[in-house]
Order: sequence, then C-alpha cells, then structure tokens
Amino acid sequence: MNKNNVIEAQNLTKMFGDFSAVNAISFKVKKGEIFGFLGANGAGKTTAMKMLIGISKPTSGAAKVAGFDVFTNAEDIKKNIGYMSQKFALYDDLTVKENITFFGGIYGLSRKSIKEKSAVLIEELGLEKVASKLVGSLPLGWKQKLSFSVSLLHDPKIVFLDEPTGGVDPITRRQFWEMIYKAAHQGTTVFVTTHYMDEAEYCDRVSIMVNGKIEALDTPKKLKEQFQVGNMNDVFLKLARG
Amino acid sequence: MSITVNHISKSYKNVKALEDISFQVKEGELFGLIGPDGAGKTTLFRILTTLLIANEGSATVADFDVVSDYKKIRNNVGYMPGKFSLYQDLTIEENLNFFATIFGTTIEENYDLIKDIYVQIEPFKDRRAGKLSGGMKQKLALCCALIHKPKVLFLDEPTTGVDPVSRKEFWDMLKRLQQKGITILVSTPYMDEAALCDRIALIQGGKILQIDTPQAIVKHYPKRIYNVRASNTYQLINALNDYEYNHSVYPFGEFVHYTDSREDFNPEDLLDYLQSKDLSHIEIGKTEPTIEDTFMELAK
Repeated sequence: MNKNNVIEAQNLTKMFGDFSAVNAISFKVKKGEIFGFLGANGAGKTTAMKMLIGISKPTSGAAKVAGFDVFTNAEDIKKNIGYMSQKFALYDDLTVKENITFFGGIYGLSRKSIKEKSAVLIEELGLEKVASKLVGSLPLGWKQKLSFSVSLLHDPKIVFLDEPTGGVDPITRRQFWEMIYKAAHQGTTVFVTTHYMDEAEYCDRVSIMVNGKIEALDTPKKLKEQFQVGNMNDVFLKLARG
Repeated sequence: MSITVNHISKSYKNVKALEDISFQVKEGELFGLIGPDGAGKTTLFRILTTLLIANEGSATVADFDVVSDYKKIRNNVGYMPGKFSLYQDLTIEENLNFFATIFGTTIEENYDLIKDIYVQIEPFKDRRAGKLSGGMKQKLALCCALIHKPKVLFLDEPTTGVDPVSRKEFWDMLKRLQQKGITILVSTPYMDEAALCDRIALIQGGKILQIDTPQAIVKHYPKRIYNVRASNTYQLINALNDYEYNHSVYPFGEFVHYTDSREDFNPEDLLDYLQSKDLSHIEIGKTEPTIEDTFMELAK
C-alpha cells in the first residue's frame, strides 16, 4: 500500500445470494482528502461503507483501510477510523460531557487526555452553556456537530460520515462543512456520503455508484466537464438512473 | 380556502413548538413549508390533521374546524407522516386494501388517482412493506394516503433522505396530483424544492419567517450577492470570515456566496484583500440569490 493512500480497494465485492450489492469496485483515497461517496438509494453505498469500516466481510476482492486489511485486520481498522452513522448514535440521556468521556474511554484515551480534549472540543463547538445538559435536549444540528467531534476524539486517520447533514438547517449545514474542511486541513481523511449535491461540490473528489458499480470518479470540476453540465446535481441526474 | 391557520401556538412543557402561526392555502394550491428539523413543521401537520390540539388559535381544513369537526376532516384529508407508518408485515396490496376499506372504498374505485404511482410498485405487490426499499415505501405510503380521494393532501417531509433522482420523480408525481385538483401542503428541509411550490412559508424555531411565491421571496433579498472562488476553498472561507466588512459568508457548491456590509462596496477591494492573504486563482462575480440565501439571511 502506498503510504499516501488511506484507502485502497480493488474489485471489492459483496454478494447477497445472487445479488451483487457491491460489484467489483476499485478506488483509492489519499491522506487528507475529502472524498464524496455518492449514489442513489439502494445503489450499494452503505454496503460498501460497512466493508470499509470492518463490520461486513467482503465476498471477494481486496481492500486496505488505514493500512489494515479488511479481511484479516478488521479490529485494527475499527481502532484507527472514526465513524458517524446516519442515525444519531450518541446517548440521549447522557450529558454532552458524559458522552465525550464515555466515547473517549471506549477508544482507550487516558483520563487526562479525555479531560483536555473535552474542554477544547466544548469550546470549539460553543457548547459551554449546555455541556451539562442531556444530549437529547439539543437541536439536531448541534447533535450532528457533537457526533462529528466525538468521532474524531481518538485522532483517527480517516473518518467515515454517512449522510451527516440530512435535515439540518442551512446555516448549521455550512458550519458542519467548515468542520470537515478543518479536519481535512489537519490531515484527517474524510469519506462522506450526502444527498445534497451542493455538498458534492465541496469534495476534492467524488465517486458515483450506480447499481453496485462505481460509474464515475473524479474531481467535481472534471465530472462536470465530462458530462458537459453546469453542476453536480445534473451530473447525478445523468448518471444515477443509467 | 382549503386550509386556514389563525394565530396557532403550541407548547410542549417549556418548549414553544409553534408561535402565532397564520397562513392560508387556496384550493388546488401546492404550498410548501420550508424549514429544518425542529422548525415545528410536524407539530403543525399534526394539528391540521386533528391528531393534536393547539394551545391557542384556530384552523380549518376543507372548511371544517380542526377541533369541532375533526371526524369530517379525517374523511377528507390524506396524511403521509414523516416516519413510515404502514404495516410492515402486510404486503403492498394488503396495506392498500386495508386503507381503502377503512375509508369505505375500494382500490378499483379510485384507481385512476393512484395509477401513475401504483404501476411502479405493482410488480412487487406481494412483497411485505417492511422489505421494500426507501423509494418504494414512499410510493406505497403516497398511494395509501390517496386511496380515498382526499381533498387535501398533507405530506410531512416525503423526500428527506431520498436521493436527487427519486426526489425529482416524487415532485413530478405531486405536480400531476395537483392537476387533478388536490390541494397539497408539503414540508421539506431541501431548499431547492421550494422553487417547485406555488407559494411557500419559510419556518424556523416555531415561527414563520416569510410567506410568498418563491419568485417574490428571492426578489426581496436585500443585498447584492457575489460568487467568490479561489484555489483553496478552506483558506478562502477563513479569509472571508476574517474580513472586517463581511455581512455573510456561505459556501455554495463550487463558490462561496459573499455579501458585504458597505453600501459602496467595490469588488476590487475584496480582490486586493484576498491576494494579501496569499490566495490565488481568485474569481469574484455577481450572482442571483436563491431561496436558501434568503432563508439564511432571515434566520441569521
């Protein structure tokens, strides 16, 4: 594996019976890159992502994530990545601080380090006033920003974000992307799925899955040139239904 | 009027979900409630579909009062909640039959209304609802909400989490239903869908920010917006945020939308400033506001 690549997938495939949910996809993601992983509902994005984060074994092909093999070192992958699921996955009945402490502990951070990180994170997110409030009482946008920060607690090499901004208000959605830019700027690779096509434009490179295959992969600029359209929404509309 | 809402307020314990909401929807109109999660859209839907009683104010749907005539409203409206609420262990056909029977009708009687949509899922009519893809569930839910030929259709975030292609198909279906004379109240967090409605209400934090046609809302945007681009977007956003004269800085696709606080703003000044911040390949050009720009300006 080239040390500048954080993900390398080669003919990665997942079959459910006769059905190829993910059909021999190959791609590489570089360190510090923001990689947009797009596709229609049911195109195979979630299945592909599950293989990359080490919770679903591929049927065939090969992939390395953060330097570890998805077949043989799935546990090491889990320790070296961050993951933010589409469904809010922090504890609603713990406070902001308690959630940070809990997940810091899960990732094996020391008490001292949790304390330091927690203070920095709460200040950066502007959550000082609600730090001792239950997470369940926060607006969705704040919860999503908190989830993202928690997924970065253990300084992972790469973070996987599954539709992080669905339903979030437009201002918070943009603040969220500023956080993504910042993380990438600091060297964390960001692998993100979204249904907002303006967000696809924020990515360094974008792949579009159709029926289990990657049908397009390039920078947003080159994809627009290739399909001779003015924006990513039109690229998507041209491709996604084959 | 198909829907009238007069000074409706609703609180849960100490949270104000809706504050003094008023608007009207004309017969046959496609009216959009545009706002993010937590804006109060679902609470409003539940009040109008007689599932929840407001603390203050009044409302009518199809000329019936939502409190005193609630039973009549239930026969005259279709409601597709944001959360999938059909029977997961009944098949497509069983679900549709069930809802038709509840309303004292049959699939055949109103087949015309649902035909366009139903043919797309009919090949799978023996499949259980729980086993359907998101797009198919959505189409089934719409059929079930239409099967009794309602006068008014309530759709609560029908396209949230749905990909752009399926969203487009869904809106095409709504347009066709509107042509059949059905009044539609639809909510969405996607600002680009606002342009497809006849009129919209922008809603946030339980309050209506503005009501008008999408064209008029955009027209009333108070500032001149500039598209700004440079070789490094992250550095560009930081530089613009640090610029003392900025009024707003929002990433918008491949550009950043920038408005300036000065009356006599000269883009050349901004160019000089950005160059002093070591940015290269800088482009600055005028652009037209969108609904999303307006929403953010009002919500600021």
